[in-house]
Amino acid sequence: MRRYYQPEIETAPREKILEIQNEKIVRQVRHVWDNVPYYRDLMMRKGVTPEDIHGVEDIKKLPFLSKADLRDAYPYGLLGTDLKNCVRIQSTSGTTGKRVVAFYTQHDVDLWEDCTARAIVAAGGTEEDVLQVAYGYGLFTGGAGLHGGSHKVGCLTLPMSSGNTERQIQFMMDLGTTILCCTPSYAAYIGESLAEQGYKPEDNKLKAGIFGAEPWTEEMRRDIEQKLGIKAYDIYGLTETSGPGVAYECEEQHGMHINEDHFYAEIIDPDTGEVLPDGEKGELVFTALDKEAFPLLRYRTRDICVLDRTPCSCGRTHVRMSKPMGRSDDMLIIRGVNVFPSQIETVLLNEGYTPNYQIVLDRERNTDTFDVFVEVSADQFSDLMSQIQKMEKSLESALRTMLGISPKVHLVAPKTITRSEGKAVRVVDKRKLHD
Amino acid sequence: MAITQISLFLMNQPGQLVDAVGAISGTGSNIRAMSIAEANDFGILRAIVTDTDKVCEKLKETYLITRTPVVAARMDDRHGALHPILVALNESNINIEYMYAFTGTGPEEAYVVLRVNDTETAESVLHAAGIGTLSDESLKI
Repeated sequence: MRRYYQPEIETAPREKILEIQNEKIVRQVRHVWDNVPYYRDLMMRKGVTPEDIHGVEDIKKLPFLSKADLRDAYPYGLLGTDLKNCVRIQSTSGTTGKRVVAFYTQHDVDLWEDCTARAIVAAGGTEEDVLQVAYGYGLFTGGAGLHGGSHKVGCLTLPMSSGNTERQIQFMMDLGTTILCCTPSYAAYIGESLAEQGYKPEDNKLKAGIFGAEPWTEEMRRDIEQKLGIKAYDIYGLTETSGPGVAYECEEQHGMHINEDHFYAEIIDPDTGEVLPDGEKGELVFTALDKEAFPLLRYRTRDICVLDRTPCSCGRTHVRMSKPMGRSDDMLIIRGVNVFPSQIETVLLNEGYTPNYQIVLDRERNTDTFDVFVEVSADQFSDLMSQIQKMEKSLESALRTMLGISPKVHLVAPKTITRSEGKAVRVVDKRKLHD
Repeated sequence: MAITQISLFLMNQPGQLVDAVGAISGTGSNIRAMSIAEANDFGILRAIVTDTDKVCEKLKETYLITRTPVVAARMDDRHGALHPILVALNESNINIEYMYAFTGTGPEEAYVVLRVNDTETAESVLHAAGIGTLSDESLKI
């Protein structure tokens, strides 16, 4: 059986990987300097020029990019090539309503799809497989990324998108899906729905699942594996760097191999920005080594994790990252969607509410529940129940427009939101996302 | 005319109602009538009290409280008395959002409190049909 998609890269000796990275970073920094004035300014302010970069050792000299830079430079400020060379955008929600829009040339799409193809082959995928993509299609990178990789591997691709579980199950059973790709919570939900319809794990043809876009625990992995009768693989990525496939799990299921020929990873101290030694926990930072259209250098992911450079028994030589263990900002991942409390605050103020609110997250049947409690003010209060319920619905709809997912809004009396030492507690996360 | 109803926003939790009624009690005002509308998370306590101004003044620090004009239509406390009131309103196309009733201080005296979409028209329709309504002044007993 095919074990690797690009064996010469995936199992390359470390010296070879370093050589590729050194060569690419020199070219990439020059490309960014020449084409991205926004980043060139950052470099000049730090007193760095392309002449200072001789290899990945020098990456630490470069300035960081953060989500705030993406907001400031929206939409074209970080574009690395003429729009006429771009063939695609993908997008994700950002803070205060500004979206992150990432651009791709055909070269960028190809390298991204190579990455997801590696992940699919690592999960046992071959051209014999039927791969069901139940990630959302559209601006979200999940659907497009796995779809492209599936084509590259030669799997029969079922472009289902997310939702409509009845239809997912019908296609899965009728067409004999062997690999399922979606968020882990949706996989668990599909597993439960199958059981409710009387199917046993051995009734389906599934052998593997590639699940990502949200935090999930080992406990949840075992639960999904048992329910679906599969081996469940984690996949990692973010729109800013391409999408899913920046890192992926192999059969060892012990950390995700980072595609180091395309993405250089560092772990930094989120407070000081200092690069931390291998094995220490810190914030993950990525440098895109050969992306053309959206060539982010030293992009701070805000994900906290650990890098593991010990050799892996699967034969891949690329460094492994742990599952993210938390965030160095206040971003929440709810049903696979990135949500910042500040976005909710913006909507409340726009809709005439006070910014007194509390987000409560929990998991029911492996699906995130998302409740927003909002204090009603005196001038909004009505004696009519229908009026108050209309306000709740209208606020839910405004939040859905901003966030892309629907919370359940609960209007509550003033001064009822829990305050801790005088400060309102904005987020109560009852989900156990990290082991 | 019309009378003023107070409405209180309460959470649908034990302790909320007893506290609110205790607060009204503390003002020395009598509750002539009340009803509660409940949703999952919250409820709305609607009441007719004898000293609306005082209750609102005292409670607004702690509670969301609002005043709403409602019609209190006089009827006899006997079978069939409510029906002509509703017929009169219906003929004039008045919509009733909610209603509740209370008995008066005199023998066989009762009132129905009506929250309608057009209070002024509702009152004149009722008066034309020979049905009396209460005013805030008449409640201060």
